[in-house]
Amino acid sequence: METLLEVKDLNVSFRTQAGVVKAVRGVNFKVNKGETLAIVGESGSGKSVTSKAIMQLLPNQTATYDSGEIIFDGQNILEINDKKMEAIRGSEIAMVFQDPMTALNPTMTIGKQVAESILNHNKNVTKKEALQRAVEILELVGIPEPAARVNQYPHQFSGGMRQRVVIAIAIACNPRLLIADEPTTALDVTIQAQILDLLKDIQRKTGTSIILITHDLGVVANMADKVAVMYAGRIVEQGTVEEVFDSAEHPYTWGLLKSIPDLDADEELYSIPGTPPDLLSPPIGDAFAARNEFALAIDYEVQPPMFAVSETHSAATWLLHEKAPKLSTIVQEKESVRAKRKGKKNLTLAQPIIQVRDLKKHFRMSGDSYLKAVDGVTFDIKKGETLGLVGESGCGKSTTGRTILRLYEPTGGEVYFNGKPIHGDLKKSDENTIRQKMQMIFQDPYASLDPRKKVLDSVAEGIDIHKLAASAKDRKDTVQNLLEIVGLNKSFMNRYPHEFSGGQRQRIGIARALALNPEVIIADEPISALDVSIQAQVVNLLKDLQHKQDLTYLFIAHDISMVKYISDRIGVMYLGSLVELAPTDELSKEPLHPYTQALLSAVPTPNPKIERGRERIILSGDLPNPINPPVGCRFRTRCPYAMEKCGETPIWKEAQPNHWVACHLIE
Amino acid sequence: MTNSTLEKYEKTNIEKNEMNNFDHLFKEDSFKVVGAKKDSQDAITRPYVGIFKESWLRLTKNKGAVVSLVVLSILIILALIGPYMNEYTYDETNYEKAFQEPNSEHWFGTDKFGRDQWTRIWEGTRISLYIALLATVLDLVIGVLYGSISALVGGKVDNVMQRIIEVLVGIPNLILIILLIMLLKPGIFTITVAMVITGWVNMARLVRSQVFKLKNQEFILASKALGASNSRLIKEHFIPNTLGLIIVNMMFTIPSAIFTEAFLSFIGLGLQEPLASLGVLINDGFKAMRNNFYLLLYPAGVIVGLMVCFNLLADGLRDALDPKMRK
Repeated sequence: METLLEVKDLNVSFRTQAGVVKAVRGVNFKVNKGETLAIVGESGSGKSVTSKAIMQLLPNQTATYDSGEIIFDGQNILEINDKKMEAIRGSEIAMVFQDPMTALNPTMTIGKQVAESILNHNKNVTKKEALQRAVEILELVGIPEPAARVNQYPHQFSGGMRQRVVIAIAIACNPRLLIADEPTTALDVTIQAQILDLLKDIQRKTGTSIILITHDLGVVANMADKVAVMYAGRIVEQGTVEEVFDSAEHPYTWGLLKSIPDLDADEELYSIPGTPPDLLSPPIGDAFAARNEFALAIDYEVQPPMFAVSETHSAATWLLHEKAPKLSTIVQEKESVRAKRKGKKNLTLAQPIIQVRDLKKHFRMSGDSYLKAVDGVTFDIKKGETLGLVGESGCGKSTTGRTILRLYEPTGGEVYFNGKPIHGDLKKSDENTIRQKMQMIFQDPYASLDPRKKVLDSVAEGIDIHKLAASAKDRKDTVQNLLEIVGLNKSFMNRYPHEFSGGQRQRIGIARALALNPEVIIADEPISALDVSIQAQVVNLLKDLQHKQDLTYLFIAHDISMVKYISDRIGVMYLGSLVELAPTDELSKEPLHPYTQALLSAVPTPNPKIERGRERIILSGDLPNPINPPVGCRFRTRCPYAMEKCGETPIWKEAQPNHWVACHLIE
Repeated sequence: MTNSTLEKYEKTNIEKNEMNNFDHLFKEDSFKVVGAKKDSQDAITRPYVGIFKESWLRLTKNKGAVVSLVVLSILIILALIGPYMNEYTYDETNYEKAFQEPNSEHWFGTDKFGRDQWTRIWEGTRISLYIALLATVLDLVIGVLYGSISALVGGKVDNVMQRIIEVLVGIPNLILIILLIMLLKPGIFTITVAMVITGWVNMARLVRSQVFKLKNQEFILASKALGASNSRLIKEHFIPNTLGLIIVNMMFTIPSAIFTEAFLSFIGLGLQEPLASLGVLINDGFKAMRNNFYLLLYPAGVIVGLMVCFNLLADGLRDALDPKMRK
C-alpha cells in the first residue's frame, strides 16, 4: 500500500512560564492511503499536539519543532512556506474538531461555511457552483433537506447535526487525509454511533485516509485499521488493531485495556497506579516505569527502543529484549494474586433505603414555558446496592439525583428515606439527619472543591457544620483518617486543591462525602472527567468503600460500560422519565425497551472482533427539545417500532419480576 | 503469534548493530523486575504556601507595584502632616508676598493672594484621599452588599434591583452633578452626594456576576449537601472567593474617583476657593502658567503621582490575586 503521510522522529516542545514542556518526544508513524490510524492516549500524552503539528496549527509564539520530519505526499511539511501550507491545509489535509459548538462560525450560514472552503481552494469555481456543491456535500453527510438548510445558521442545528456540518466542511475539497481530533467526545452515545458510521461511510466513498485521535478504546476498536498508543509524548506501541488489542506487548497498553470493565470477567478492575509524569522534566528511561508493575531495572535508566514484534507490530519496552523475562509468565504470577471480585450480592430481600415516587422537577424558563427535567420517576434504592442511572445528556439523571438530595426543591412527588418522608417542609433536626445520611460526589473534580480552602477545611466542612468534632485535634485526626481511607497521603491536608491532579481531587471529594458517615452516596458522573487509567482507580475505591462501610450508591453516569460494571441494577432515563429498570445482567442480556436496546448497541466495545461483526441499531435524529417533549411515549419520535398507540403515555409496569419498563410493546 | 515466530521477527527486524548500541548499558541485574515506584507517584514537589502569602510574595516581585506602594505611603503621610509643617494655613492671604517663587520660607512658593502653596497642596491631597476613602467605603458597603443580595436572592428581587442600577448607569455623572448644584451649593458635599448615588454601581454589577457564577459551582452544591446554612455559605465560600475581585476593582475605582473630583473642581463645579483641592490648584496654576509655572507643576505632579501609583498598584494586585497565575 502506498504511504500518504510519514512522521519521522517528531519532537515538539512548548515554552511556558514554568519552563519548556516536551510535549512530543520522538514520534514515528506512517499512514497509508485509505486506511484509518487511531492515536490513543490519555490527556497530556501528546496526541493532539501531534495532529496539530501535521496541520501546522500549533501557535508559533510558544511551540517549537525541535527535530523531525512530517512527509506528506513526498514533501516535508515542516519545511514548506506558509503560502504552500495554506494550499494544503483544508484541501489536502482537513481536520474535524472536538467541539461542534465552537468549531462553526455562528454568524455565517452553514452553506457559506462549506462553500468557503471550496472557494478557497478552487480558483475557477463560481460562488453559485460552490453553493451547489455545498448542498451535495451536506446531503452526503446526512443533513436532511440540505437545499433548504444551507441558509440556516449553526444555532439552528443540534450538536450531532453540527458535527455533520463540521465534517462536511472538512471533506468539501476531497482531502486525502482527514484528521479527526476526538470527533465524538462531546456527543452522546447514540449520536456518536451516527457520526462514526458517517466517517466510515465517507471513507468508503472517497477513499480518504483518517487519523483518529481519541481516548476511547471502544471507538478505536470500531474504527481503526492501525493503532498507535501514546504515553508521555512517545508512541509506546503500534500495530494493527487486532495485534494491539489481542496481544498487547507494552504494559501501558495492557493496563489500559485491562482497566476497561469487561462484563464476563469476574475480577476487580485493573487500575494503573499513580499519575502520568510531568513533561516539564520527563523521567529518564521509560516514562511509564514508575507506574509499571513489571518495570525492569533498566527501564529506570535507558529509554527502550521500539522492538518489532511482527512486520506491523512494535512496542517500546525492555520486556521485549531477548534477555528479559517473558511477560506472560510474570503476568500469570501477578494474575493469580489479584483479588477476585466479590461474588454478586444477593439483594432481592434487601429493604429499600430510598423510595422515590412520581418525582417531578420542572424548571421555569423564560416566559411561561417549563423545562420538565424530571417528569414522574418512580423507583427504589435497596440498602447496600448500587443503582446505576444512565441516559444521554439532558435526560434528567443529574437533576433526579440532586432533587432526591433536596439540592433542588421537587415540583411534585414523594421521596422516602428509611420509610420516612423527606420531601416538603421538614423540621430542622430531620433535615440535619438527612444531610448526614445522604451525601453526594460531584462530576467536575476542578469545580467541586473550593479553590480558596485547604484540603483539611474542605474535607472537614461537614464535621464543622454538624459540630461533630470535640476539639481541633479530633477534627484533624478524623480528616487524616479519611484521607488515608481514600488512598491519599495525610500530609496533603495542608495543601490547596489546585496542587492536585483530577483523580486526587476526586478522592478528596469522596473523603468529604464520607466525613459524615453517610448511608447513601449519590455519585453524579464521578468518573466522566477523568482519564481511563484514573477512572479505574476511582471505581475500585468506590467499590471497596461500599464493601467496607456498607454504603448504598446511586451511580449516575453516561458511560454504560462503567455503570454495568459497578451497578447491581440499572435504570435507563430518556427525556425526564425512566424507561427501564432491571438487574444489570438482565438488562444487558435482555433489554426490553427499544431505547435501552439502541443505547446498549450504540456503545462501542473495546474488542475489534466484536465491533467488526456487530449490527448496530442506529437511532435516527436527535433528542427532542425537553421544553416541548413529544406527547405520550417520549421516545416515539426516534423509536424504530413506533405505532399509533405510542401517542398515549405508557404505564410503568413490572414486566418480569424486578424488571420494570414503560413501553407499549410490552404487555 | 507463537513464540518461535516472535523470536524470528525479533532477530530479523531489529538490526544487530542497533542492539549492540545498548549492550554496554546493560548490567547484570538490568532485566530484573523491580516494579512500580510507590512513593514518588503521588508526591507533590511544590512547597506549601498560603494563598494570601503567595499573593503578597508575587506582589512584592512586581517592581512597579512596590514603587507605587512606597510613593503612595509618602504622599499619604505628607497629606496628613504637611499642613502642620509650617505656620501658614491654606486660606491665609498676604498680598505683599504674592507670586513668590519657591524659597526657604514658602517651600512651594505662594499664589496670587500670597497663600502658602505647600499647605494648599497637601490640603488638596487630603481632599483627594477623602474621595478615595469615600469611593472605597461606598464600593465595599453599598456595592458589595447590593450586588451579593441581588445575586443571592435572585428572581424578582434581582430583576428589580438590576433595573434600578440600569437607571442609575443611564444618567451621566456630569448631568447629575449639575442637577445637584441647582439644589445644593457646589462643593465637597455635592460631590459626595453624587458619588453616593452612582459610585458603587460597577462594583455591585461585578459582585453580582461573580456570585452568580459561584452559586452554580459544584463546591457550593457540595456544601449545601453537607447541610451548610446560607450565612455559612456566604462567610466560608462566597466572600473568600470574591475578595480578590473586590480588592482589585476597588483599586481601579479609586484613581477614577480622584480624577472625577479634580476634574469637577477644575471646571468650577467642585470645590470653590478659598478651599483647596488639586483640581482648584491646577486651575489656578493653569491661569498663571506663563509666568509662574511652579504653581501648575507641583499640584499636577501630585495628582499624576496619585493616579499612576493607584493604577500600577491595582495592576500588580490583579496579577497577584489572580488564581490563574498560581503555578
